[in-house]
Amino acid sequence: MTKIIEPDKQTNIFRRPSSEYGIWSWLTTVDHKKIGIMYGYAAFFFLLIGGLEALVLRIQLAQPDNNFLSAAEYNAMFTMHGTTMVFLAIMPISAAFFNYLLPLQIGARDVAFPRLNALSFWIWVFGGLFLYSTFVFGTAGAPEGGYLAEEVGWLGNAPNGGWFGYQPNAGFKYSPGTAMDYWAIGLQILGISSLVSAFNFIVTILNMRTQGMRLMRMPVFTWMTFAVAFLLAFSLPIIAIALFYVTFDRQFGTTFFLTEGGGDPVLWQHLFWLFGHPEVYILILPAFGIVSEILPTFSRKPLFGYPAIVFAGFGIAFIGFGVWAHHMFASAISPVAQAGFGISTMIIAVPTGVKIFNWLGTIWGGKLNLKTPMLFALGFIGMFVIGGLSGVTHSVVPADTQQTDTYYIVAHFHYVLFGGAMFGIFAGLYYWFPKVWGKMYNETLGQIHFWTMLIGFNLTFGPMHWLGLQGQVRRTWVYAEETNLGFWNLIVSIGAFIIALSILIFMANWMYSKRKGEKAPFDPWDARTIEWTIPSPTPVWNFSKAPHVKALDDFWHAKYDEDEEGRAVRRDTADDLLLQLEEEGLNPEEEIELPNPSYYPFILSSGLPFLGYAVIYKSIPLALIGVVLILAGSFGWATEPLEEGFRSRKEEE
Amino acid sequence: MSGGHDYPHESTGVETRKLGMWVFLSTEILFFGTLITTFMIFKGRDFPGIKLTDVYDIPFTSVSSFVLLMSSLTMVLAHNALENADQEKTRVWLLATAMLGSVFLAGQIYEFTEFYHKGFELSTNIFSSTFYVLTGFHGLHVFIGVVFLIGLWIIGQRQKGLSLDSGFNLEFIALYWHFVDIVWIVLFTVVYLI
Repeated sequence: MTKIIEPDKQTNIFRRPSSEYGIWSWLTTVDHKKIGIMYGYAAFFFLLIGGLEALVLRIQLAQPDNNFLSAAEYNAMFTMHGTTMVFLAIMPISAAFFNYLLPLQIGARDVAFPRLNALSFWIWVFGGLFLYSTFVFGTAGAPEGGYLAEEVGWLGNAPNGGWFGYQPNAGFKYSPGTAMDYWAIGLQILGISSLVSAFNFIVTILNMRTQGMRLMRMPVFTWMTFAVAFLLAFSLPIIAIALFYVTFDRQFGTTFFLTEGGGDPVLWQHLFWLFGHPEVYILILPAFGIVSEILPTFSRKPLFGYPAIVFAGFGIAFIGFGVWAHHMFASAISPVAQAGFGISTMIIAVPTGVKIFNWLGTIWGGKLNLKTPMLFALGFIGMFVIGGLSGVTHSVVPADTQQTDTYYIVAHFHYVLFGGAMFGIFAGLYYWFPKVWGKMYNETLGQIHFWTMLIGFNLTFGPMHWLGLQGQVRRTWVYAEETNLGFWNLIVSIGAFIIALSILIFMANWMYSKRKGEKAPFDPWDARTIEWTIPSPTPVWNFSKAPHVKALDDFWHAKYDEDEEGRAVRRDTADDLLLQLEEEGLNPEEEIELPNPSYYPFILSSGLPFLGYAVIYKSIPLALIGVVLILAGSFGWATEPLEEGFRSRKEEE
Repeated sequence: MSGGHDYPHESTGVETRKLGMWVFLSTEILFFGTLITTFMIFKGRDFPGIKLTDVYDIPFTSVSSFVLLMSSLTMVLAHNALENADQEKTRVWLLATAMLGSVFLAGQIYEFTEFYHKGFELSTNIFSSTFYVLTGFHGLHVFIGVVFLIGLWIIGQRQKGLSLDSGFNLEFIALYWHFVDIVWIVLFTVVYLI
C-alpha cells in the first residue's frame, strides 16, 4: 500500500512545505495528532526538569540546618519548580490530550484552525525556552544588605520571587536583576499560547462535530476540554494585564503595585488569584475528563449520571471564578469578604462531590478490569478526595490563617495536582497508548509504576500535613534541629526519590513498548467512544468517512445490546463489525483533503522571544528582529492560500 | 475548512472563522475589563500629585471620539457595498475607515504629547500610569485594526477582489473594528466624563 501525494501547484512566495518525514515534517505540521505528540514529549521533558528541581529542594530539606543550597538558590528552585510544573508540564500535557483526542472524539478531521493550533504549540515552545534561558542570560540580584546578597551559583540566576510573584517582593526593589523579568514576560508568552488554543478548541467543539454528535452525546473528556477552554479564555486575559503591569513597574517606572506612587500590592494578589484559582481547575478538569472515560470502560458500565457530571464540570468552572480570595485570607481583606469567599469555597465542594459520587456510582456493581489505566483512575479518586477534603478546610477562615504558608498547604495542593491531575494524566497516557502507537504497553511494568508512584507519593506528601500543622513554613530553605521536624522531612525526601524511581519505570516502559510492544488489537479495551472505531495508530486522515453518531457511547451500542434485565449482551455481529471498521479505516474510498503544512506558525512564534529580550535589555535591534519575524510570519500566513492549497491524498493498493 | 466532501461544515451554522472572532472578542472584554477595573480602583484614591482632570481637554477628545464613531459607519457602508458586490465602493469605504481610524490615532498621539509636556508622564503617579496603559492599549487595538483594513484594501486591489465568505474576510475585520469602537465609548465615558 503506497501513499501517493500529488505535489500542490499552488504556491505564493515560497513553496509550501511538503515533507512527510524528518524534522521539517514536524516543524511545519498542522496535524493535530503530531502537534499533540510534540506537546506530550516537550511537556514531559519539562516535567522531568521540574521534578529535578523538586529533588534538589528535597535534598536541601532532608536534614535540619542543611547547606546544600543557599537561600537564594532555594528561592530560585522553588519558584522554577512551581512555574515549570504549572505552565510547562501539566497544562501542556493536558493540551497534548486535547490536541490528540478532541478531533477524534467528535469525529472531526482536524481542529477548526489547524495552523493556529501549530501556532499555539510553537509559541508555547518558544515561551518555555525563553523562560529557561534565564539560567544562561538572567541575573537574580539581591537587595543591598539583605542576607540573599551572598554568592549565588548559576542555579540562582532563575526567577526567585515565587510562581505567584507577590508584589512588592517580585518588584525591582526587592528582586533586582533580570530574572523576574524573564518570569513575567515568559508567562506572558505562554499565556498567548494557551489563549490561542482556547479559541481553537471552543470553535472546534462548537463547529466541527460530525453528524449526529449532539452536545449531549459528546464524551465527557470533550466536555471537560470545553470547560477548560472557557476557563482559559476568561482567566488568562486577567493575568496578562497583571503581568503587563509588573513589566511596566519593573521596566518603565510605573507604580501599579508599589505604594510609593500610589499603587497597591494587594491588587496584584487579587488579579493573580482571579486567574490563579480558575487555573487550578484548568489543571484538574482534564484529569476529571480522562477518568470519566476510563471508569465506565473498565467497569463495563455506562457512566453514572452523565448529565450530572457534565453540569458539575461547568458548575465548578463557573464557581471557580468566585473563590479566589481564599488564597488571601491572611491579606488585608474585610471580614465580610472573608465570610463570602469562605462560603463560596464550601459551595464549590458540592459539584466536586457530585462528580466523586458519580464515579463511585459508575464502579459500583461493575465488573472491574484492574488494568493500569483503571488503577491510576482509582488512585486518582482516592488521592483527589484527600486533597479535596483538606481543601475544604481552607474555607474556615480562622483555621486557614493558621495554615497559610505552612506545609499543610503544600500537602493539599500536591494531593490535588499530583494525586489528582498527574494520576489522571498517567491513567490517560496508558489508556490511549495503544491508540497513539498501535502497540500495547507492558502491563506488569505499568502496575509496578502505579504502586511505586502511589507509595512514593503518599510518603512524600502525606507527612507534609502534620509537618505543616506543627508549623513548618513554606518557601524557607532551612529549619532548626530543635524543631524536631527532621524525621518526617527525611521521610518526605525519601518519598520524593521513590516518585523519581517510578517515573524512570514509566519511561522505560514507554520507550520499550513503543518499539517492541505487542501489536495492539483493534479495540483493546472494549471501549465506548468513537476514537476507537478507527485503526491504531490513527491514520493521518482520522476517519476515512465521517462517522454518523446515533447515541451517547455510540461505539458501545454498536457492539452491545440489552437483554430483558437490562444487562449488556455482546451482539453476534460485533467481531465482524470490528474487522469491517479496521478495513474501512485503512482504506478510504475517496480522496481525502487535509490541511497543508505551513512554515508560518513557526516563523511567527520565533519572533516573540526577541520581543521579550528587547523589553528586558531595552534593545531596538532585538525588537526589530522580533517585529520582522512576526510580520513576515503574519504576512505569509495571511496570503497563504487555504482552500486552493489543500493537498489530495489517494490510497492505492 | 478541513474536511472531506462528506463532512458537515459547521455544526452551529455560524461560519467557523466568524465564531472564532466572537470567542476572541469575548476574551477581549476580560482584557479591557481588567484594565478598566484597575483604572476605576485608582481613580478614587486620594493620592497627591497631578491628575488627569488637570490636563485633559474634553472638547478635543470629543471630536476625535466622534471621528472614531464615524469610522464604524463607513465600515458598515463597506460591508454593505460588498454585499451588493460593488468592489470599487467597498475599497473606497475601507480606505475611509482606515483614514478615520488614523485620524483618531493622530489625535491620541497629539493628546499624549500635550499631557507629557504638562508634566503628566507615564511614571508620574498611579493616575498617569493607569491612564496611559488603558488608553494606550486601546490605541494599539485601533492601530492593529488600521493595519487589517489597509491589508484588506490591498487584497481588494487584486483582480479577484474581496469576498464575504473566504480568506482574510471583511466581516471578520468589521466585527473587530466595531468592538474596538464600542470599547472606546466605554473608555471615553469612564476616563473623561465620569
